Amino acid sequence: MSVTPDKPSDLSRRIVLQRAAAAGLLAVPAAGLLSACATGGDGDTQEQSEGTKSAENPFGVKEDAALEVVIFNGGYGDKYATDVHEPLYKAKFPKATIKHEASQAISTVLQPRFAAGNPPEFVNNSGEKSLDFGALVADGQLQDLTELWDAPSVDDPSKKVRDTVVPGTVDVGTFNGKPYVLNYVSTVFGLWYSGKQFKENGWAPAKTWEEFTALLDKIKAKGITPFGYAGANAPYYVWNVILTQAAKIGGPDVLKNIDNLEDGAWTAEPVKQAATAWAEIGAKYLDKSFEGLKHTDVQLLQNQYKVGFYPSGDWLENEQAKDTPPGFEYQMMPLPSLTASDKLPAGTVRATAAEGYFVSAKSANPRGAMEYMRQMLSTAGAKGFTEVVKSATVVTSGSTGYAFPPGVASSQAALAAAGQNVVNLFFDGWYKELDTEARTATNELMFGRIKADAFCERIQKKADAIKKDASVTKFKR
Amino acid sequence: MRHGKYPFVIGFLAAPVLLYSVFVIAPYAQAFQISMTNWRGLSAPKWVGFDNYRQLVEDHRFWQAIQHHLVLLLALPLITIAIALFFSFMLNVAGKSSGGKRSGVWGSGFYRVVFFFPQVLAVAIIAVLFQTVYRPNESGLINGVLMKIGLDPILFLVNPNIALWSILGVLVWQAVGFYVVLFSAGIASIPGEIYEAAEMDGATRVTLFFRVTLPLLWDTLQVAWVYLGIAAFDAFAVVAVLSVDNGGPDGATTVLALEIYRNAFTYSKYGYASAMGVALFFLTITFAVFTLRVTKRESVEY
Repeated sequence: MSVTPDKPSDLSRRIVLQRAAAAGLLAVPAAGLLSACATGGDGDTQEQSEGTKSAENPFGVKEDAALEVVIFNGGYGDKYATDVHEPLYKAKFPKATIKHEASQAISTVLQPRFAAGNPPEFVNNSGEKSLDFGALVADGQLQDLTELWDAPSVDDPSKKVRDTVVPGTVDVGTFNGKPYVLNYVSTVFGLWYSGKQFKENGWAPAKTWEEFTALLDKIKAKGITPFGYAGANAPYYVWNVILTQAAKIGGPDVLKNIDNLEDGAWTAEPVKQAATAWAEIGAKYLDKSFEGLKHTDVQLLQNQYKVGFYPSGDWLENEQAKDTPPGFEYQMMPLPSLTASDKLPAGTVRATAAEGYFVSAKSANPRGAMEYMRQMLSTAGAKGFTEVVKSATVVTSGSTGYAFPPGVASSQAALAAAGQNVVNLFFDGWYKELDTEARTATNELMFGRIKADAFCERIQKKADAIKKDASVTKFKR
Repeated sequence: MRHGKYPFVIGFLAAPVLLYSVFVIAPYAQAFQISMTNWRGLSAPKWVGFDNYRQLVEDHRFWQAIQHHLVLLLALPLITIAIALFFSFMLNVAGKSSGGKRSGVWGSGFYRVVFFFPQVLAVAIIAVLFQTVYRPNESGLINGVLMKIGLDPILFLVNPNIALWSILGVLVWQAVGFYVVLFSAGIASIPGEIYEAAEMDGATRVTLFFRVTLPLLWDTLQVAWVYLGIAAFDAFAVVAVLSVDNGGPDGATTVLALEIYRNAFTYSKYGYASAMGVALFFLTITFAVFTLRVTKRESVEY
């Protein structure tokens, strides 16, 4: 090959080997990468600061103890923490220093800290790269929040904190009977459309399946894609729809069985019926190209009046605020009833407390972080959050008198109208592998590569495998 | 300088060997160790022996990924080397010869730079770029044109039958430039007299390519094959950024590195992911050794 060495063959052989070795090391970084995080930190809890307890200071926070706050910088940003919650804490403990950090990849930043045994006190664990709550719980990394929920509330000392929040909030963050996670944002799921587009065309939200498909036909006739979701990264928006539909057909126990990994939970008749119905929507009213698009792409198409219904939670309006044309007027419709014999009425919605926050049990100042949460759960903390991000919190007094934008106003109205008919599910947070399988199967179903039976069976198979896997911590509700 | 030989050699060797041990060998050894545990990334791992490997054998996704590597392993080097050889031959030898000095086709100086462009871009940027190229609706670079002239859009990354080939296309596009440069350097070092003599004997360009260039480039080709083979075992960034539903649809484009990433950082199954990493390590090493053995032959001396 190149130049003119004394013995060319010798040299080139050596170069080849050297290069092969070098390239080999570059190409298999994964193995080394994993171990780079090192398996340290074995249970040695660091010294934790403690002050004296009082009525004003129910957890006994040491006044000058530092507090580290890590916020996921996603749909809600981190302004609510720097502008509202941290000043509240600072006002209470002026001597304390708060270290604020915002990140879009929580696990990348924090996983090594947990492994090394010096985690930050307060974490907003969210986003695509969030830490696995199940693994954190199983490892004893999370502070038991019973003390927080039983503490007197900031606004009214005669009331416990747990009585100031929307019913079900504590349960959502409870793992095997102990509350570990504060889910702060009230979230309602449904089908979203443009109020303006519907008004202009004289379309009305549907209550029954016949009305719904008739409406989709009308939308299609206008040259608009009647239903859309993003296959590239957001198929869970649709397993959420299918399962909510299944719960309406067969009652909330359908979802409870799925969460508890009961045998045959996914192959139950209501799930099959819901999957069959939605597969048909996919076949008739969905654009095949959407499988290659991201959620923001499809949401943008809807903002351009090219998509009729879009399934999502009520963060949608805030997320799209920049791209929504004036007068678009987001509206949310609960899922229509599939049959007349549905166990739950048409107005039933999936609603939950979302956006998880936790206190690290092995951090230096867990008491301070619990006090931080108590401040978040005060009326001032909740009102401030709602004003910054325009979403409702779980604190009932936090949104009274606040005028929500049209979308959230409609989802809040739907939630109020649903009354007791609210369902929820948890398996995706407990078993991420099952979530992944459900996402993949959802795309297969909605884009017509498998039928409802195969959809149910393949997810059931995964659920069975997880149930058998002794290394996975199981959760019940 | 005979008396100072050993301290000198040791002094020069010790530091690199130490660095190499600490930053390369030790992490590898640790990956082997972690692969025998059920470590979830947080507290101390528990020893489970070969349990992870037993699971690996039954893992459908794992075999799917291996299968994709085999496809890439054959297709990526073949296509890339073929295209790069053709280009570098055209750039260096295919033009007129003046005074015994061969040159490339007209404009080869310009092409040389253009071909190298993709190599300058980071892989992640290329993947993002191709998101737009492959986009399945009218805002895509290719489908926009197709739909303008009334054709159906091609669902590059969505159709399970062509998704992997679409990814392969990106890998080839990105790699060709580097090998054009590599082969050009190789061709440049082939003495001009050989071409001259062959031409006098009436050799055509095709004969020149197959009877002169190709045999004299053998060593370079071998290097290219090993490099590209190893690249075929990676492909992580392109698949992670470009493919739908992370290696989808339904695992149609998944690769081992992506499964390792998913198991480690999504499922927190670091032990299991390490077992996959170890499998990947052996696959890569086996490939490199195998290729060097198979392609071993006497170099032509000139």
